[in-house]
Amino acid sequence: MKTRETPRPNLLRPLWSVLPRLSVSRLPDLLMFSAALALFYGTVVVGKTWLGPFTPSVEISRSPFALPIYAGYSLLRITAAYVLSLLFALVYGYIAAYNSRAEKFMVPLLDVLQSIPVLSFLPGVMLAMVALFPGRQLGVEAGAILLIFTGQVWNMAFSFYASLKSIPREMREAAKIYGFSGWQRFVQMELPYGTIGLVWNSMMSVAGGWFFLMACEMFVLGERDFRLPGLGSYLQTAASAGDTSSLLWGLATMIAVIVLLDQVVWRPVIAWAEKFKFEQVESADAPESWFLNWVRHSRGLRRIQKKVVRPVGESVMAHFARQHARVAPPARSKSIVVWTGRLLGATVLLLVIYAVVRVVGTLSTLRIMELRELGWGLIATFLRVNLALMIGAAWTIPAGVAIGLSPRLARIAQPLAQIAASVPATALFPVVLLLLIRIGGGLGMGSIVLLLLGTQWYILFNVIAGAIAIPSDLKEAASIFGIDGWIRWRKLILPGIFPYLVTGLVTASGGAWNASIVAEYFHFKGHIYFTPGLGSTISHATDSGNSQLLLAATILMAAAVVTVNRLVWRRMYALAESRYKMEG
Amino acid sequence: MTDPIIQARAVEKFYVQPGGKQIEVIAPIDLDVAGGQIIALLGPSGCGKSTLLRILSGLSQPSSGSVLWHGKPLAQQQPSAAIVFQSFALFPWLTVLENVEAPLEAHGMGAVERRKRALKAVDTVGLDGFETAYPKELSGGMKQRVGFARALAVEPEVLFMDEPFSALDVLTAESLRNELLELWLSKKMSSSAIFLVTHNIEEAVLLADRVIVLGKNPARVRADFQVDIPQWRDRKAARFVEYVDYVYRVMTEPEADHVPPGSVATTIPTIKATRQKYQMLPHARVGGITGLLELLADRGDREDIYRLSDQLVMDVEDLLPILEGCVLLGFATLKEGDVETTPDGRRFAEADIQDRKNLFREAALKHVVILQQIDNILHAKSDHSIPEEFFHDILDDHFSEDEVERQFSTALNWGRYAEIFDYDPETHRLLLAEHLDGNSHPAAARP
Repeated sequence: MKTRETPRPNLLRPLWSVLPRLSVSRLPDLLMFSAALALFYGTVVVGKTWLGPFTPSVEISRSPFALPIYAGYSLLRITAAYVLSLLFALVYGYIAAYNSRAEKFMVPLLDVLQSIPVLSFLPGVMLAMVALFPGRQLGVEAGAILLIFTGQVWNMAFSFYASLKSIPREMREAAKIYGFSGWQRFVQMELPYGTIGLVWNSMMSVAGGWFFLMACEMFVLGERDFRLPGLGSYLQTAASAGDTSSLLWGLATMIAVIVLLDQVVWRPVIAWAEKFKFEQVESADAPESWFLNWVRHSRGLRRIQKKVVRPVGESVMAHFARQHARVAPPARSKSIVVWTGRLLGATVLLLVIYAVVRVVGTLSTLRIMELRELGWGLIATFLRVNLALMIGAAWTIPAGVAIGLSPRLARIAQPLAQIAASVPATALFPVVLLLLIRIGGGLGMGSIVLLLLGTQWYILFNVIAGAIAIPSDLKEAASIFGIDGWIRWRKLILPGIFPYLVTGLVTASGGAWNASIVAEYFHFKGHIYFTPGLGSTISHATDSGNSQLLLAATILMAAAVVTVNRLVWRRMYALAESRYKMEG
Repeated sequence: MTDPIIQARAVEKFYVQPGGKQIEVIAPIDLDVAGGQIIALLGPSGCGKSTLLRILSGLSQPSSGSVLWHGKPLAQQQPSAAIVFQSFALFPWLTVLENVEAPLEAHGMGAVERRKRALKAVDTVGLDGFETAYPKELSGGMKQRVGFARALAVEPEVLFMDEPFSALDVLTAESLRNELLELWLSKKMSSSAIFLVTHNIEEAVLLADRVIVLGKNPARVRADFQVDIPQWRDRKAARFVEYVDYVYRVMTEPEADHVPPGSVATTIPTIKATRQKYQMLPHARVGGITGLLELLADRGDREDIYRLSDQLVMDVEDLLPILEGCVLLGFATLKEGDVETTPDGRRFAEADIQDRKNLFREAALKHVVILQQIDNILHAKSDHSIPEEFFHDILDDHFSEDEVERQFSTALNWGRYAEIFDYDPETHRLLLAEHLDGNSHPAAARP
């Protein structure tokens, strides 16, 4: 552990000086102990509800005092889905990286899976889960968790796969020549090497998870009205009732939860992950976290680490080392492995063929009218998504460049923008809708506002990053040669931010397609508000249990996203890589 | 001499191209590694010497032939080997001590014993006090010491070193070399042989008891001799310079027969490299060639190569391709370890910018096969343009994938300078220089 002076936030300094000496070192312990206690209590409460009988119409209380519990439930769903995603991502990435035959279809599959609109899984997953746990609340919960899982797992899997593929050759050779067992290789080389990528992708994934969670905590499926106690359902209920003060309480809680998560989870994790950065020289301004410093100072945790974690790790490592030594280096008879692989492959292939036949069969029952609806919907949503992107780009490019080029503005604007961006757009939908109805606008315009709400941040942050990354000598050269105004934009700024802008637009575009499912169709105050589009077709088909239409619309949307990615964004990426990359 | 530790028998490495053609990287080589010696494997960059090290240590398999350790094939045993890498290959998330302990942990050694061994190794290389530091807090020299400590801790029978000093600055490299020699001579390390891969001729002659020189494309043994000077050796001594000069001659003039200093009996007959079917371009940039010719003009058109590399503080690795480029273009000749400018080269050195381009163009079209081919085809085609792929296809038949890239990039550099053709990175096409469409000039669009 590094012995570095640990600066604490200024706020805590006065408190520090007042407290007696002993408690300074005990405080982190106390905190950890209370956290463990709270966790235990939470488990008991959750266990009681989840295993309790299925209650299709949970009454969502609008009292602000219910908020902590609701926030806890939402957090728990996010956490469970995240843990599931992480495990899956590790396994998937590992197999794709080391099995060259599996790699050939596992990697393109990721691309497709990433493009499938998650929310269209909702009815299928929910009904299956409710059927799996009949008469238990657990079914609906598991459905929600599984749904969030499908929204956040793919980019994490891809990140781990890409990390594994980029481990330097000599490092791999070192592990091999020094006889590392598979386990040692994993914990001392592969996992640490992939950590940075996993951390950043986890942050993105969890942000996406909130988006879907807010949408799926309260929804209607045909006759049935599913409600899960949580922040999302609280906000929807409050907006439905037009209860402004509850709405504000809910939003405040939402923001508080997200800021808290940032402070006690993401920042510490980023600061901790600093040591996994693959760099030769220590960077000057390494990220810091007060919470991480606290945890590192907790004596209790250190004792657990010394007495439990280390010996257990030691014996696991030794076990695998012995096993590794026993296995002679020459190739064993692998025919069983090969045949199992082939059998597995054949089974998957058969299942895929069966699924395709069924899908084609289902789709052939679609009526002309429905096909027409799909066609027009595709066009409408395509226009809406791109209009939202253009509006987003139109304000975020000047704003982002202004922030990025002025350090003073960046200091003020960046944290604010971060908070604004971290509030899941779906949580705001009811609020925006309420406003729209009050000023008398329909969902036609409203859906664009909703799409914008969810996607503009991706563009903004990337533009800021791009503007910051423009080398200062280029900026100086431009000003020495008197290049300013429009020419400065055209010759310096736009080419400079181009690769970042493309990244932002790709993410925003994918997000906007997905968001159209919730933005174009909305249950509100007992009414259904909708505007024609592919997203509203999906939602409507979900509502009315029209599985053919749902399937067709989902496939169409996935196809649209993949096509746009291939035709437009991949080319833009290639251009950004070849021509607009800043090279040192 | 006792039985050798490692015996390589007809070890060969080749790659099979998609078309089914074999590209040979290492020609069949027989090699013994005996105990009690430091062996240096010398060769120009990309000649396959690192590949040979990996085959001998059991890291990778030869395409054919076999490697025996103590008479037993590698497939049946885990050889007692360690490698010190050029890039150090330390785990940045482990401390110095944890890095040294990791291989011992892999062998299932208990925590106490492991700690003891690692501390001893750390102590041996002079890293005490840095046990809990992370690699990124250390300088390059210190990092390589960790690499040494990690290798020493496993007490390997053969210590392999893959260009261990070439990522370090001159002074650090020199002091680490001395420390390595000190450990070796005072028997503070338990290894019975060191196998060192390097492209630095002086380093090889300074450290090694036996030097093996590899030629490239494909790799084959060009010389294999004992360095008959007692340690510690003096770089200024006449005998030392004699050895260094000899290696320079072997590397720069592969066709001629050379006799090493000392007894003739210790050398194996030099196998003459068979002529390449297709001309291979040395990886030299026009700027390097120009600079060298200007320098030679100042020095009276003739200079000893060893002195040249010494004064330029340049490794042969970097100097050799430039020399080869000059020779290929007919601007210089190599004789007995000296480089001498030809009249053409003299004229090139004295010309102004525009004339230089013309002279270079003349020389390139006269001597360089691929540039002749490109020029002919571009003139013959009606649209005076040709996709880059076409030349990749030609080169694919003769070189490995990486080498094709390097060959093409050198040809591109020479051809663009000589204004034989231009290249459009957008369409990946070569165009006849005077037929280039002004709008699509890549430089114009760059910010």
